[in-house]
Amino acid sequence: MKTLSTLHGAVLASLLSSTALAAELTVPSGGSIQDVVNQAAPGDTILVEPGIYHQSVYVDKPRITLRGLRDGDNWALLDGEMKLNDGIIASGHSIVIDGFRVTGYKGNGIMTQGANNFEISNNYVEGAFYGIFPQFGRNGLVIGNTVTGAEDAGIYVGMSDNVDVIDNVAFGNVMGIEFENTRNALMAGNHVYDNAAGITLTLVPGLPVKDAYSQVIRDNRIIGNNHVNFAPASSIAAGVPSGTGILVVGPDNITIENNEIADNDNVGVFVADLITFGMDSDPKLDPYSDGVRVMGNTWRGNGENMNGMLAEMLAATGKTGIEVLAMGKGRDSCVLPGDGIDTLGTRRWQDCLGDNSVAGFATARLEGGAEEPEYTLEQKGRLTYLAVCTGCHAYDSVLHGPSMQSIQAIYDGDPSGMVGYITDPVRKREGFPEMPPQTYLGEETLDAIASYILEDLGK
Amino acid sequence: MRAWLLFLILAAPAMAEEITLSDTCPPSFQMLVDGTCELVTLYQFYDSPPQHGGLRARLDPPARRYTPQQIDLGRYLFFDPILSDGGDLSCASCHDPAQGFSDGKKRGIGAVELDRSTPTLWNVGFAQSLMWDGRTETLEAQALLPLLNPDEMAATVEGVETALNAAPGYVALFQIAFGAAPNIANTVIALAAFQSSLISLNSRYDRYAHGDATALNPQEIRGMNAFRGFVARCSQCHIPPLFTDFELAVVGAPADERGFADPGAGALSDDPARLGAFKTPTLRNITRTAPYFHAGQFDTLKGVVDFYNNTAGHAAPKGQDLRIHWHVHMTNGPKLSTATVADIIAFLAALEDENLMPERPAVLPSEPRP
Repeated sequence: MKTLSTLHGAVLASLLSSTALAAELTVPSGGSIQDVVNQAAPGDTILVEPGIYHQSVYVDKPRITLRGLRDGDNWALLDGEMKLNDGIIASGHSIVIDGFRVTGYKGNGIMTQGANNFEISNNYVEGAFYGIFPQFGRNGLVIGNTVTGAEDAGIYVGMSDNVDVIDNVAFGNVMGIEFENTRNALMAGNHVYDNAAGITLTLVPGLPVKDAYSQVIRDNRIIGNNHVNFAPASSIAAGVPSGTGILVVGPDNITIENNEIADNDNVGVFVADLITFGMDSDPKLDPYSDGVRVMGNTWRGNGENMNGMLAEMLAATGKTGIEVLAMGKGRDSCVLPGDGIDTLGTRRWQDCLGDNSVAGFATARLEGGAEEPEYTLEQKGRLTYLAVCTGCHAYDSVLHGPSMQSIQAIYDGDPSGMVGYITDPVRKREGFPEMPPQTYLGEETLDAIASYILEDLGK
Repeated sequence: MRAWLLFLILAAPAMAEEITLSDTCPPSFQMLVDGTCELVTLYQFYDSPPQHGGLRARLDPPARRYTPQQIDLGRYLFFDPILSDGGDLSCASCHDPAQGFSDGKKRGIGAVELDRSTPTLWNVGFAQSLMWDGRTETLEAQALLPLLNPDEMAATVEGVETALNAAPGYVALFQIAFGAAPNIANTVIALAAFQSSLISLNSRYDRYAHGDATALNPQEIRGMNAFRGFVARCSQCHIPPLFTDFELAVVGAPADERGFADPGAGALSDDPARLGAFKTPTLRNITRTAPYFHAGQFDTLKGVVDFYNNTAGHAAPKGQDLRIHWHVHMTNGPKLSTATVADIIAFLAALEDENLMPERPAVLPSEPRP
């Protein structure tokens, strides 16, 4: 019941903020998107008219929807002309980036950094280092995008949790779609073709997130990923063998089910350990992939034209045409015996059982989304006082600013007077630095701070 | 002893006051019911898994907590040369608060000149990996390293314990803080406690992160955008809000001014990937701690940014077979414009915040009493 009413409150709050307060702002063709982002308030939708935009866009506020309008082939086109660094970088939670064509950036096409509840949809990204790269996100959706020409992964989900990557097209990238050090993620309904490697699931060393697990790869078409690997020679991606359908290096609890895996020249699914790729330098990582389940996939023409590193590695075995290749000491992995596929290195693997199936797995996202922690007004007042105000004010002595006791005396019984000053401070006393305005904390928190200082502090 | 203290209190109240330990937590810390102090920052208002970065990443307060008395005792010890063998070096001799808790030197000078520079101590309470080569994981364990290193403070366990027990003021203070006489174990706890209070999370950058769009000027915002973008990639290792990932990274630093190519963490491991690896330093208050890198190879921040920006991507000494970090060893280097380099440097200055600078003790407990 409690959960229900909380949810109710959250839904109501989001309705209120999106209907009562949200505005729709339009960027006229070729105008400055950043200017409109800067003016926008959380909850606003920014519509970008078709046209050419030689710009980078940065969004550092929550609940912004950035939508490119499209008129046939006429997109809202972000073009960095190989002069600009990144197309869009967003850090605000609940960001929506929809409907842009993005080309000509030296860095990434579309990136989120630390944004929870993100949605990246219906964009067409070409070139760039990573086409679409959500990083450090909890709860997100990447849907309906097309990515091509990325020097690393077309869609790269890095160090994120609870992410769905659904119904995208990735072709002509070094890697089509990658999950890196990501926990709880779904990749479904994507068409991944003509990349050097189709899908990569990795545990990369030397990153702050030390694990990767619980990923479902189902109902994708992974076809003819034989593109030459054009990653910069020094990058990790340069070590990815061309001709690989799905490459699994390090993560645990992976289900690869009901995919169409065809015409990948070296191998259909390659499960390797970090040691094979010289990526075992981080003692905090488990280098082996455990619990990899490969079942119910459709296979055709994989490993029929072996070349490069894998051909050399397997030359002694005389084997080609391998659907599933495994190396290293992973445990608890399985293939479905009824699938009748050629495997190599799976001696330690078991037979998958029917109840291993995740065919009905619909989403890895969190029900209701990731929420900000909730604090009472009393907590907001007290904690923000400690986090911010105490940097300059001590209770009973002079620090950088006057003592809180002397401030209590001035505003006794007048919290709104105090909020007024905090919002728009002026220098009142000789010998003290001018206080910066604290408006950004928001009205509610400022009220809470004032009542905490005047009613509770030191009492 | 107690009678002597009582005499002091009666005879010289001012002096007695100076050696009392604070019973309140430092600014930005709240006292919990167990009597320990817990840091409060606006970053705990956010929700993300512990290792995540980004502008509004959650940052939980350090798990190790200390009492106000332990923190304050640590402050006295930190500034007190009694800890060194010769009685002439305190922690603060090298970790000078006025120089960003570093020393302004290329390489630190203890009993002799050292191979590596003195790292800052701002936000060190969050560190999961300490020393340039990440050899230790707790501040308590770390404190023993410079203390007992013959090249640094050159002390011995016995020497420290004897000196503290013989010093006029310390026995009573240790009783207050620990209920025990001074020993090496509680000495390093007190030092860790004090260092954990060195917090810098209220810079103009932080105000921007918390929603004040006016806190950074246009140049600083351009610099931040380059910093976090995927051409420069600075924020991939200098991850906000702490502006480090505490990881070891091989960036191909040049040899030091003596021509010495420090193996870094490679000296502690057979793993060839560790050769030349050093811990990513925080960039908090980075403007205060020139020169930069593990042996002060760069005098200015511009030197550092140019190093990462040049077309070679690194400056690894010839003959060192390094596995350069993939974010550094770009085929062509980021090739940022001169203006963008200046923007990044301007942004780094927006990370300055020394509001919570602790007070240097006017009198030390080891000093003779009248």
